[in-house]
Amino acid sequence: MYGWLWRHLPGGRWSRIAILAALVPAVLIVLFQWVFPWAEPLLPFGQTTVGG
Amino acid sequence: MLGVTGETLVTLGVVIGLFVAWELWWTDLSANRAQADIVASLNWDEPTVEPSDVRVSPTVSASPSSNPWVERTDPPSVLAEPAHATTFATMYVPRWGYDYVRPISQGTDKKGVLDPLGIGHYNGSAMPGGWGNFAVAAHRTTYGKPFSRIDELAVGDAIVIRTEWVWYVYRVTSTEIVAPSNVGVIAPVPNQPGIAPNGRYLTMTTCHPKYSAAKRYIVHAAMAYWMPSLSGTPAELNPADAAPLPTPSPHVTPSEAV
Repeated sequence: MYGWLWRHLPGGRWSRIAILAALVPAVLIVLFQWVFPWAEPLLPFGQTTVGG
Repeated sequence: MLGVTGETLVTLGVVIGLFVAWELWWTDLSANRAQADIVASLNWDEPTVEPSDVRVSPTVSASPSSNPWVERTDPPSVLAEPAHATTFATMYVPRWGYDYVRPISQGTDKKGVLDPLGIGHYNGSAMPGGWGNFAVAAHRTTYGKPFSRIDELAVGDAIVIRTEWVWYVYRVTSTEIVAPSNVGVIAPVPNQPGIAPNGRYLTMTTCHPKYSAAKRYIVHAAMAYWMPSLSGTPAELNPADAAPLPTPSPHVTPSEAV
């Protein structure tokens, strides 16, 4: 999977590293902004009220 | 080298680790900032009058106190319930530090109030200072965890609520751990559902144990006095004036009732 990604990134070694350096924060933002807030209600955390 | 399955599993492990970091660290970071901004944006007037200069109240509190001119025990003015997610009060808890202040907003749903706004007020329960039970909920972990130190509260501790014009000072009367279904704790008379209101109570609910949805930690309090918000600051919130915080007796686990 990661080997496939590495082989298909354009340019030489440094260009690939630069692209990955941009890609990792992008993935983190997607996870923190959308994926984790979506997944959280599926887990039994943070229930603080009675009766609800 | 690892194969697709191995790489997928490693990725999944990293994502779960990131989720834990998001839940336990990022939600606190962003919610703490958001809640401090909410308190600042209320833009309420600071109490500027020195208590000793105030001669406003005709009603003198019976209890001996440092500012008897403003500590009142007659019926206070009470706000009407505001629209959902409206911030209408702030909470001060000296036991959690003299700098502890959090916003209180209408409603107790997670997405609309408890996650973004901090402390939530149970719909239909009394408002601060009201005849009945002013019931609130907040996170004990994650999202700024307003009630993270709830288990440190001891009988007699002050819980101070401020609206724009009034300070309401409550004192803790009891703590307990109950099942999530136990709605009697927020009844107008706590734990006596069906009884007509007979006092001015406050009840705080949060999760118990930490990081679990198994039970609820409950703190009950009763109002001691109120004072106009611009007449000064309650002595309980001034480290110089306040009586030393009573040392909680060797930590007693509240009785468990299910």
